[in-house]
Amino acid sequence: MDLSEDILQYILSGLSTGAIYAVIGLGFAIIYNSTSIINFAQGEFVMLGGMLTLFFHVTLFLSLPFSIFLAVLVATAVGALFERLAISPLKNADPLILVIITIGGSILIRGIAMLLWGKDTYVLPMFSGDEPIVLWGATLMPQNFWIFGITLIIIVANRLFFHHSIIGKAMRACSFNRVASSLVGINVKHTVLFSFAISSALGAAAGIIIAPLTMTSYDVGIMLGLKGFCAAIIGGMSGGIGTVAGGLIVGVLESLGAGLISSGYKDAIAFIILLLILFLRPQGLFVKGDTERV
Amino acid sequence: MLRIKNINTYYGKLHALKNISLHVGAGEIVALIGANGAGKTTILNTISAVTPPSNGEIHFEGSAIHNLSPDVIVRRGISQVPEGRQIFKPLSVEDNLELGAYLRYRSHEKRKEIQQDKETVYVLFPQLLERRAQLAGTLSGGEQQMLAIGRALMAKPKLLLLDEPAMGLAPMLVQEIFRVIEELRSRRGTSVLLVEQNARVALKVADRGYVLETGKVILEETASELLANKDVQRAYLGKDKKEIWER
Repeated sequence: MDLSEDILQYILSGLSTGAIYAVIGLGFAIIYNSTSIINFAQGEFVMLGGMLTLFFHVTLFLSLPFSIFLAVLVATAVGALFERLAISPLKNADPLILVIITIGGSILIRGIAMLLWGKDTYVLPMFSGDEPIVLWGATLMPQNFWIFGITLIIIVANRLFFHHSIIGKAMRACSFNRVASSLVGINVKHTVLFSFAISSALGAAAGIIIAPLTMTSYDVGIMLGLKGFCAAIIGGMSGGIGTVAGGLIVGVLESLGAGLISSGYKDAIAFIILLLILFLRPQGLFVKGDTERV
Repeated sequence: MLRIKNINTYYGKLHALKNISLHVGAGEIVALIGANGAGKTTILNTISAVTPPSNGEIHFEGSAIHNLSPDVIVRRGISQVPEGRQIFKPLSVEDNLELGAYLRYRSHEKRKEIQQDKETVYVLFPQLLERRAQLAGTLSGGEQQMLAIGRALMAKPKLLLLDEPAMGLAPMLVQEIFRVIEELRSRRGTSVLLVEQNARVALKVADRGYVLETGKVILEETASELLANKDVQRAYLGKDKKEIWER
């Protein structure tokens, strides 16, 4: 195996984890756009996705597809409940207070998960076998293709929803101007609830598709959540292609850094990118300056 | 049709509306005139439940609406064209109009009817048709105003609340906008409550008017009487101003 094959290997596996970060990042962006808060509990829904699937599949012996379906459903319900109990009662609270509440929420969810499932690390079975596939000298697992495929579906569905359905358009309108949205009859509270539900579902889906590769435990949400946050920051908190690109950039750089420099620096790389973006281009890499006509 | 009884609205400690009472009859165009900060916009926002009143009553078509939320008010048939247009700039012109019909989509009204109403808006404002795929933020000020009115019309309101539709527009456009307001009344019987700094234009189309000063109604007359009223002329129409030494 020469260096170019190595690099291809790093890039491909980087794209695969990057796709996960992208999906988690979209969840951050959706909530940020509808409430202007950063939901730091987002990572816990990623964890819940993996752990719940494991619970339904391994403990309750349900089939894998059905377990996945139930896990997404339960995680979505938890997300909606979280909004109802912790976010919605605080009308007109300062976003900073709400952000701190989401941090509290994440600690709570993680704590409950630890009580339920202990501190062990679990493996979710691959979706379709573990026979590696060799591609131009790089090896990929079938699970990597599941990740690419499902991520692509999520991105397309996300785009269709926000640009072609009336509810999606209403959510974009809400993120631009809440008062004007309520004046055309949009119930702003419902869109906030809905955005929490969607982003929990996205987080759970991401957690499920990556669990067979990286294993899962009660605390995987912290790192995955922060990487997703990093993706969303690079994308300028856009609910679209910027965040997807952000996720892929973080994933690839992290994988290259781990492979070429040292695997000990893997996480550091993501956070160096995050800090650089926050210092140098806090509006995101792809956001052009706004010109406005009045 | 709309009847407001003794409402008081506060912004924090600021007493913005003081015992305001007014009414709008079916098919009537009523103007609210007054200086900046007199409470004109607050009245519209109080009706739309954006800034709910702390006490007093608002009745629309016989039922109380002062405890409802903004989306329910729209459902009842009151739409507002807010001050400064407040269109959804990152969305296309077409999307803005569709969002105006948001509640109709949600109540599963036939797409065909909504589509027809969209065409009607394009007939009223042909400029919007040419720009239907453009982002609303790229429109000129006049076009944005047309879009804001079109968006409100998509909800098929029985009462239209218009906040400063003439602000910042060239005189030709102002005429165009007011032509449409009159047309709406004569064709659809839409009632209009109109807030305007430009009192002359407003009183030309209106049937009746209220003059507001620091949160209070100080005068209620028919539009022609207000136009002829010496105090109104001096304060709001810029006529007949006399310096102290001339009196």
